[in-house]
Amino acid sequence: MDASTPTPAHVPTDAKAIVTATGVSQVYEVRRGLFAKPLGLKAVKDASFVVTEGETLAIVGESGCGKSTLARMLTMIETPSDGALTIDGVTITGENAGDVGKLRSTVQIVFQNPYGALNPRQKVGSIIEEPLKINTRLSASERRKKAEAALAEVGLRPEHYGRYPHMFSGGQRQRIAIARAIILEPKILVLDEPVSALDVSIQAQILNLLADLQERLGLTYIFISHDLSVVKHVADRVMVMYLGRPVEIAPVDALYATPLHPYTRALLSATPATDPASKGQRIRLTGELPSPISPPPGCSFNPRCPYANERCRTERPELTQHGATRVACFAVEEGRIEMTA
Amino acid sequence: MTRFCKTMPLLSLRNLSVTFDTASGPFKAVDGVDITVEPGEVLGIVGESGSGKSVAMLGLMGLLPPSATVTADEIAFEGRDMRKMSGRERRKIIGNEIAMIFQEPMSSLNPCFTVGYQIKEALKAHTDLDRKGRQTRAIELMNAVGIPEPERRLSAFPHQMSGGMSQRVMIAMATACRPKLLIADEPTTALDVTIQAQILDLLLDLQKERGMAMILITHDMGVIAETAERVVVQYAGQQVERQPVSTLFDQPHHPYTSALLAAIPERSTGARLPTIPGVVPGQGDRPDGCLFNPRCPRADDKCRTVVPPRQPASLGEALCHYPLNHPASASAA
Repeated sequence: MDASTPTPAHVPTDAKAIVTATGVSQVYEVRRGLFAKPLGLKAVKDASFVVTEGETLAIVGESGCGKSTLARMLTMIETPSDGALTIDGVTITGENAGDVGKLRSTVQIVFQNPYGALNPRQKVGSIIEEPLKINTRLSASERRKKAEAALAEVGLRPEHYGRYPHMFSGGQRQRIAIARAIILEPKILVLDEPVSALDVSIQAQILNLLADLQERLGLTYIFISHDLSVVKHVADRVMVMYLGRPVEIAPVDALYATPLHPYTRALLSATPATDPASKGQRIRLTGELPSPISPPPGCSFNPRCPYANERCRTERPELTQHGATRVACFAVEEGRIEMTA
Repeated sequence: MTRFCKTMPLLSLRNLSVTFDTASGPFKAVDGVDITVEPGEVLGIVGESGSGKSVAMLGLMGLLPPSATVTADEIAFEGRDMRKMSGRERRKIIGNEIAMIFQEPMSSLNPCFTVGYQIKEALKAHTDLDRKGRQTRAIELMNAVGIPEPERRLSAFPHQMSGGMSQRVMIAMATACRPKLLIADEPTTALDVTIQAQILDLLLDLQKERGMAMILITHDMGVIAETAERVVVQYAGQQVERQPVSTLFDQPHHPYTSALLAAIPERSTGARLPTIPGVVPGQGDRPDGCLFNPRCPRADDKCRTVVPPRQPASLGEALCHYPLNHPASASAA
């Protein structure tokens, strides 16, 4: 396991790491029957990364790449089955695990589907107040005051306090979910595909709201998305994942200007550009994501990779530094890929 | 290309409206839509949720629930008036010459039957192939849509396939009878980008190979830019703009199109995205005059009271009193 702590080049040295993950893995057991041995589904494997305070780290990948599992570990919904995870100075794994309870109000999450994330039987007020009820000892009137402040913060009106979620549109519901996430004054917000269920015009409103909140409250965002054009707009750094492993970690400008990993390149070229003139050559990826139960030996991308050779099929590449980018690819390491800007 | 010498369009819809009977009164989901599709072309229909883009096409296919009423001045496929047809005659066209694929491949396939059975079902209904012939044709189709090991995959159930594979099966089913028109309703929305690129390539390959016309319904401007030749922008059930794709992105004429394009993160430059305030009007809050006026930065009293006229083709047939990017000023700028 690579235990060295990665330090992104562009972040100023005085910026503090708020999340440090070292070799974090999550293995789910998949039962196949009464007597068969359960299989290990490696949802996340050996993820090492650092999130610095106040930045937005985007986690990008296709479905099944482990980005949501990572979100669940970061929000302590699940504990990693292996590796070390430190959030805000508290280690949450191993024997010397600290006070995880206190951390829960430090990290909050906003889910993808604003229709499923809000209890239809609860009024908006009680949805937003629920974290306060559980984590603080505020009185009812104090809670209400805070909830109304949170509503105002996300651009909703005080009269929305007594309404039910079904009376709101998707964008407004996502605002309610964000209000609930910020009411405990967290330091880190994990945003799991917060805008992918929304229309373009509403998506822009929510992205602006998130940017405003980050500025005002000094939040650190872990922004999970499959939409590379959204990521380009919001992120400071991007981590591309494939089959449970980070394959490239780079500052956002570097990633979009000179993507290194073949998967990142394919992902970028597959994203339709909103410019009819730029139609044409894309890198076509053949095949689909292999099963995480039996990942291919060597580099997990090798069956779909145009640059794969014998070494890629047997050995697993580790993340190595290339300029500002950390990338796990032998083809890049050996200079087998011609670099085109 | 045949499309320039032929005068008769493949599909012609004029003033198509769909009204739903709801508990709180009638709701007009589609409001006077005109669509012409020439043989072999790709028409894109783009709009946000609630813009009625799918409902118009479902109305054409006869797939709406009984609570919906479809009215139109003309629904003609290859010059045949579909309004006067009997159900039996309609069904000869629908599924045969016009086929449709849907957004969610996983829920469009019947989980109880193998994909082979479901592909052959379409062949059984519309062709006179025998059992053996259908089997061969099904394997051909599976090959054509790029499914590996078609013989084995024919006996697979939908749950054994991934989303991309299911969508390929849907495409195989839809193209089983070599339709002249394929309506693709958000065919790639539920899929990952790399799979989306594969499916779009497949659809365009099939379209070119067979000279099939295609209506592509989507909310994704990127997909439109990559695939469509002509674009219809829909808002709250109305077509607010109709333009060739080459000019739509540079010179949108309707303020809604312009705002929609500006809201795409990829096209923005500043730290904040330009947004469209408010939401799409629903049943209860349909404004007077122009439907976009409550959200439009340029709206004045005329917009709030008078229904806007249809502008000429040089202004993107925009449904607007004050269309943007006048050809004269655009060339000067």
